[in-house]
Amino acid sequence: MARCRVVLTFPPDTVQHPVAYHLVKDYGLKINILRARVDLNEEGKLLIEIENHDNKSIQKGLDYARSLGVSVELVDKELQWDEHDCIHCGACTAVCRSGALRIGAPDWKLTLNKQKCTACGLCVSACPVRVIRIDF
Amino acid sequence: MSVSRTYEEINEKIRSGKVVVVTADEVVELAAERGVSYVAKNVDVVTTATFGAMCSSGAFLNFGHAEPPIKMAKVWLNDVPAYTGIAAVDAYIGATEMSETRPFEYGGAHVIEDFIAGRPIKLRAVSYGTDCYPRKEIETYITKDTVNQAYMFNPRNSYQNYPVAVNSSARTIYTYMGTLLPRFGNASYSSAGQLSPLLNDPYYRTIGIGTRIFLGGAIGYVAWEGTQHNPSVERNDKGLPVSSAGTLAVIGDLKSMDRRYVRAAVIQRYGVTLYVGIGVPIPVLDEDMAERVCIRDEDIETSIVDYGVPHRSRPVLGRTTYKELRSGFIELKGKRVPTVPLSSLSKAREIAHVLKSWIQNGRMLLQEPIQKLPTQQTLKSLEIVSLEEIDNG
Repeated sequence: MARCRVVLTFPPDTVQHPVAYHLVKDYGLKINILRARVDLNEEGKLLIEIENHDNKSIQKGLDYARSLGVSVELVDKELQWDEHDCIHCGACTAVCRSGALRIGAPDWKLTLNKQKCTACGLCVSACPVRVIRIDF
Repeated sequence: MSVSRTYEEINEKIRSGKVVVVTADEVVELAAERGVSYVAKNVDVVTTATFGAMCSSGAFLNFGHAEPPIKMAKVWLNDVPAYTGIAAVDAYIGATEMSETRPFEYGGAHVIEDFIAGRPIKLRAVSYGTDCYPRKEIETYITKDTVNQAYMFNPRNSYQNYPVAVNSSARTIYTYMGTLLPRFGNASYSSAGQLSPLLNDPYYRTIGIGTRIFLGGAIGYVAWEGTQHNPSVERNDKGLPVSSAGTLAVIGDLKSMDRRYVRAAVIQRYGVTLYVGIGVPIPVLDEDMAERVCIRDEDIETSIVDYGVPHRSRPVLGRTTYKELRSGFIELKGKRVPTVPLSSLSKAREIAHVLKSWIQNGRMLLQEPIQKLPTQQTLKSLEIVSLEEIDNG
């Protein structure tokens, strides 16, 4: 089973296209919308998890989205964590319900599993030293 | 046979490179393998450390005199007000003071971090002008190379234990203990546990006024008891306080500190604070001190306090240990509550190791306290009273 998390960024003129519908209907992709910010007059963003038994269909679906002018990025591109400047306190883990941010034994250093991240953005403001950024 | 060491004997071993130093984590392992009496016989110094948010922090600066000179009446550093109700060009920048232009984003703590990093700081001051200080306003830039003295002076750091924070209410609350999720959704704690300085010397035998310490990457000193120093709280059978107890006022040269160990922080919807790294070497003077430094996370208990109740006396819901907190969950009211650390254990460990190497390399000698911290003293509250009521006691 192939699976990936991507952020689709819609320029204003593509926001009215029912892209998610076509991904499901025409390409047979199982999609789960994790986060959406849609404004008809502005850029829209959609964080989706896509699942299909075969990666080719996923790529075809994403190529379709690209053909409309929608940009496609893996979720890890949208999330930036400055590990070097991080103080590894763990405050961000209080709000990370997806379990992407974790801290614990043995070394008590923060770890980030980008594949679990839903780009909810709660960690951005919970981080006391502002070393996490999400462009969403 | 009983063991005893003097500060002078330990310092002589430091000078000759023969001193045996371990961290407060390492000593726990050593005691588990070889026993406490082995520790007493063989270990000279145990290094303790903490790296946490400490609001009661700040720094004194002397800017030097301008031409013509000014008696600063109000001063701002990067738009953050500093206190200058002292001599003409002396000021105190407090960690939690917020920028007038970028509140909840930049504050005194950031000024301190920027200063340590060597970045230029915009200084603006106004005055009423006097015959001896005619200038009425000034705007310029300073760095750590342009000012005279710059020393951190923190009235309250390094709390001896601290309660765990939970939230019983139905909404998420934003506190200095971080984001607390509703209906006991999480539990935050902020102590280095077995590595924490005052928990390794619970009755302040070796940590007192004059103790030489690691402060923000520089050598510093314990200057006084910290504000709200409260040694009389309940203690467990190991003599360890089960809630916030002793505190330290500390001082050190800001210019030689390292941004790695002094970091500005914004706590969401609460304000600005400063993460301060502190390390304290504890001499193993005798078996009693050996017992003290061998305490483990499972020996250290702390109270669980409900921050969902916004009052001075918040309800205490129970007690837990640092071992349980470090497991990732605590049991509370039959529920498994995920735990969240707020102070950085990895940084505290790093500091304990740096301090260990300072002592092994002879960079730092131990200083016996010249005055002990109080061991009997309680905490007063602020009551709202009339002049008549306070006059009548």
